[in-house]
Amino acid sequence: MAEPDGPSLDTLGRGQAATVQRLEVPPDQPDWAQQMQDLGFVRGERVQMLHRALPGGDPLVVRVGTSTYALRRAEAACVRLNHPQ
Amino acid sequence: MTEAVIHLHRGGPLLALLGNPNCGKTALFNQLTGSRQKVANYAGVTVERKEGRLITAAGRALRLLDLPGAYSLHPRSPDEQVTRDVLYGRALGEKRPDLVLCVVDASNLRRHLRLVLAARRLGLPCVVVLNMVDVAEARGLRIDEGALSAALGMPVIPTVAVKGLGIAELKALLDAPCTWETHGPMPQAEPADHDTIDRLLGQLGLADAAPPVASDRIDRVVLHPVIGPLLLAAILFLVFQAVFAGAEAPKGWIEAGTAWVGNQVSTWLPEGWVRSLLVDGIVAGLGGVLAFLPQIIILFFFILVMEESGYLPRAAFLLDRLMGSVGLSGRSFIPLLSSFACAIPGILAARTISNPRDRLVTIMIAPLMTCSARLPVYALLIGAFVPARHVGDVFELQGLVLFGLYIAGIVGAMAVAWLLKHLTTGGQVRTLMMELPTYHWPQARNIALGLWQRVKIFLRRVGGIILVLTVALWLLASFPSPPPGATAPAIEYSVAGMIGKALAVVFEPIGFNWQISIALIPGLAAREVVVSSLGTVYALSASGPKEAAQHLAPVIAQHWSLATAAALLAWFVFAPQCLATLATVRREVNRRWIPWAMAGYLFALAYAAAFITYRVALALGLG
Repeated sequence: MAEPDGPSLDTLGRGQAATVQRLEVPPDQPDWAQQMQDLGFVRGERVQMLHRALPGGDPLVVRVGTSTYALRRAEAACVRLNHPQ
Repeated sequence: MTEAVIHLHRGGPLLALLGNPNCGKTALFNQLTGSRQKVANYAGVTVERKEGRLITAAGRALRLLDLPGAYSLHPRSPDEQVTRDVLYGRALGEKRPDLVLCVVDASNLRRHLRLVLAARRLGLPCVVVLNMVDVAEARGLRIDEGALSAALGMPVIPTVAVKGLGIAELKALLDAPCTWETHGPMPQAEPADHDTIDRLLGQLGLADAAPPVASDRIDRVVLHPVIGPLLLAAILFLVFQAVFAGAEAPKGWIEAGTAWVGNQVSTWLPEGWVRSLLVDGIVAGLGGVLAFLPQIIILFFFILVMEESGYLPRAAFLLDRLMGSVGLSGRSFIPLLSSFACAIPGILAARTISNPRDRLVTIMIAPLMTCSARLPVYALLIGAFVPARHVGDVFELQGLVLFGLYIAGIVGAMAVAWLLKHLTTGGQVRTLMMELPTYHWPQARNIALGLWQRVKIFLRRVGGIILVLTVALWLLASFPSPPPGATAPAIEYSVAGMIGKALAVVFEPIGFNWQISIALIPGLAAREVVVSSLGTVYALSASGPKEAAQHLAPVIAQHWSLATAAALLAWFVFAPQCLATLATVRREVNRRWIPWAMAGYLFALAYAAAFITYRVALALGLG
């Protein structure tokens, strides 16, 4: 990857939006890449942080395209984002 | 997990409904086949394949399979595995479908079209069913089906399945021979799908789909980190208040009706065993159970509204952290909530849990959720021992106690899960990745249909298993007849009386008398029978014929100590579940020792809880 690493999805604040750069799953969860892709976390897709639970912001609710998902923080951390414009 | 293969409709070409979870496959299935499968607004309502018969416009009979929803053909849980196996022709006892109906949510084409392309690569003829076009239009999306069809190389039919729109067109299309052939170019390999869909949506002018604004506005309150959990607690609490407050009047009518029938029969029939069977056995037994129908209806009304509106997955989100602390995920919430109706659908719904350990733990604790069959037992005891008065103007004491019993079951379940977390491999990461669907207004028709189905199930149980067991118990409790010159009530000389007294040795330490001990046995088959059995036992123990126990509550209030009643309630929080549940567990986990382990641990918990409750109550002077 030539582009510098952007932030991951779990670091977005409430209401912040960005686009997906790539998925980077932990080595012990190889299935996550396919599963997240199936849900629509694919390159260039717009994502937005909608809600975070208390305490600790885990789990959280994100928008991908027009779908809404509840994710664990560890799951959201797999989604690398392009730097917000 | 083993699947029973039953072909309801033999022969004929086979169609399969494929689509993402919650895109309306089952609603479409119901419209196409005229059946009434359950539909709701959350992912994973259908966990088994279901078969129906579809008659095309020209009168041809086809077989239609409703498959569990899947995000892709890479399965992540046992229910998605079913879908994949059927489409690849690997499912046991089922041929490969001749045609796939790809159901897509018109308001979310970007994600749903990925599955269409995957289906197309299977090499099977496909028809795209563009469902929920009304929702898409409300959000300002106008989809040119002609252009979409041309771009995909597949026929496209717009529908609104819940309202039956587009069904006739779909049925007509199934008569055209070319529908059953594959045509158009095969899509490229999967990695290219994203670009293909991007291009396609660009051509159709749908590149910028509008987000669900109304749902977001509701979620701002419902998912609020502070307001959200409070709202959830308030909703659950209100449901239990309503179960008691709302059911009082109709319950009274049913009891009055039962009493009237009992009296009529008593007047018309001469004294003898026929009258005893009818009045003491059937009327007292079944009437006692039937009186709890209004409470079951109220409980299900609220559960159905939550299912229909799309609130359930939000509740799962709110509870995820709490479930995580005992080693489960929010994904276990929906199967566990279903278990409040009955543990069996709850155990089946656990198929949507991808982590095998979590699935097993969810199945093991599902019976601790208070199923509706236990509601009559709770309601009887609460009605008999807890005064109906208000606490601080707002809360109803009986409703509070009921809420407490449900909470006791939940706390018990969490404790067991917590224990299992420490006994089984820890440190596992479990996935949540749960879709939160857009909210829908609950459809009055669906709610009414769902309630009617529950009423039918309940009445079928009353007229079937409960009736049979009640009559069987009456027989055991009436014969042999007492010897001449006997002074005690006849039942004490009967088979049931003897069994009850033998069992009372086991149950005496936890405060159960022999009448309760007898009633617990048929309760293993169906828990409501405990109520009808107590009705029968006390009716037969009654001294005068007029004292037939149409009103069981005052009788037990007079005969039992508060300590005994509390111990029995504690017993039923954990009580060994019915045999049907154990059989379901055996089928789902396919390991022989699991149901035994389950029955064993629940029995031990129930005995311990009842023992402690009884002893504490005695120490407090409530004996």
